[in-house]
Amino acid sequence: MPNAREVRLRIRSVKNIAQVTRALQAVSASKVRKAVQALMNTRPYAVKAWQVLRHIAAQPGRENLHPLLTKRDEVRNILVVLITGDRGLAGAYNTNIVRFALQKFAKSQTPVKYITVGRKGRDMMLRRRQNVVAEFSNLPAAPSFADVSAIGRLAVEDFLSGAADEVYLVYTDYISMARQVPTMKKLLPLEMETGERVAEFAPATRGPAASYIYEPSQEQILNEIVPRFTALQVYPANMLRVWWR
Amino acid sequence: MPIRCEIVSQDRLVYEGEADIVIAPGESGIMGILPRHAPLLSTLKYGILTVRSQGVEEHFTIAGGVIEVQPDLITVLADAAENVKEIDIARAEAARKRAEEFLKAGPPPDTDTYLAMEAALKRSNLRLEAARRYGRAARRLPEFEHGENK
Repeated sequence: MPNAREVRLRIRSVKNIAQVTRALQAVSASKVRKAVQALMNTRPYAVKAWQVLRHIAAQPGRENLHPLLTKRDEVRNILVVLITGDRGLAGAYNTNIVRFALQKFAKSQTPVKYITVGRKGRDMMLRRRQNVVAEFSNLPAAPSFADVSAIGRLAVEDFLSGAADEVYLVYTDYISMARQVPTMKKLLPLEMETGERVAEFAPATRGPAASYIYEPSQEQILNEIVPRFTALQVYPANMLRVWWR
Repeated sequence: MPIRCEIVSQDRLVYEGEADIVIAPGESGIMGILPRHAPLLSTLKYGILTVRSQGVEEHFTIAGGVIEVQPDLITVLADAAENVKEIDIARAEAARKRAEEFLKAGPPPDTDTYLAMEAALKRSNLRLEAARRYGRAARRLPEFEHGENK
């Protein structure tokens, strides 16, 4: 027997569906195309940056190359960056991504903290009494890199300070207009295992990377690019938010 | 055996194709990279990157970034990059003037703006320099001077 709250939720979701139908008519097709285009434009850089990170992570002696590559022996805290929309105009997207995140970490013995991006994610997580340590909402429709980089930096800092021993990114990946899937990606520590969808830009075959020649110096270049490229990974994930608000 | 070369900037894919040699403005000097180069990771300075393939050269302005070299693949992650052919000289000139005037006008309101304007100036100077050396105008220019001298 559903209680009053569930009934209210149900009524709201039905209303939402009606609203989506109307919204679809209202939102011009070109606007949607533009958002997708923006995503397609920013994706190559992030994908390439991720590839370079993977190659660095596959280097011999990787554990000592950079703190972000070092695996912690004991995982005491998990940090999840959850990306949702600000408004619930698009049916189940927000619910799906939140449910996906909760499922993934439901059995976790380790305490899980969340950084939520988007009002919907924040509200749903708080209602489920999850530990939300930071939230970003009302980002502009087409966020610039500067708008978003703070999110990634926060995650990197939490990892470095020891506040988190593992960092995951949960977002909705864009496959096509009709298909978007909830996706989870392990951001930190950087690992060499594959698992996520390999980008369409990837070259055909590649063996494990041999040792790099670093210019100007190994320390300098790793300190510059490893944190920056990691922070960057939240960028394309965010471009999509536009789509489902 | 050519080497694959991919250039991306933060907002788009700028170039992908095969190259016989890539000449890049590395942090510690300009470097020419041939196929089967040893793996290398370097930061890039402001400068011009040249891709040569079967005798045809393409030039790109690179506003700093990172280059990763694998024996069969060169990846350039530029903070900003464009093909010299795409440079709009009038716009670059206007941008340079704007930045120059701003910097001349006196102490800037805050460091961020100052740095942004300085970067804008550096970028437009690089663009103009690249267009002068490699752009369409560069090929037309000698003829023009020749005609004028007559």
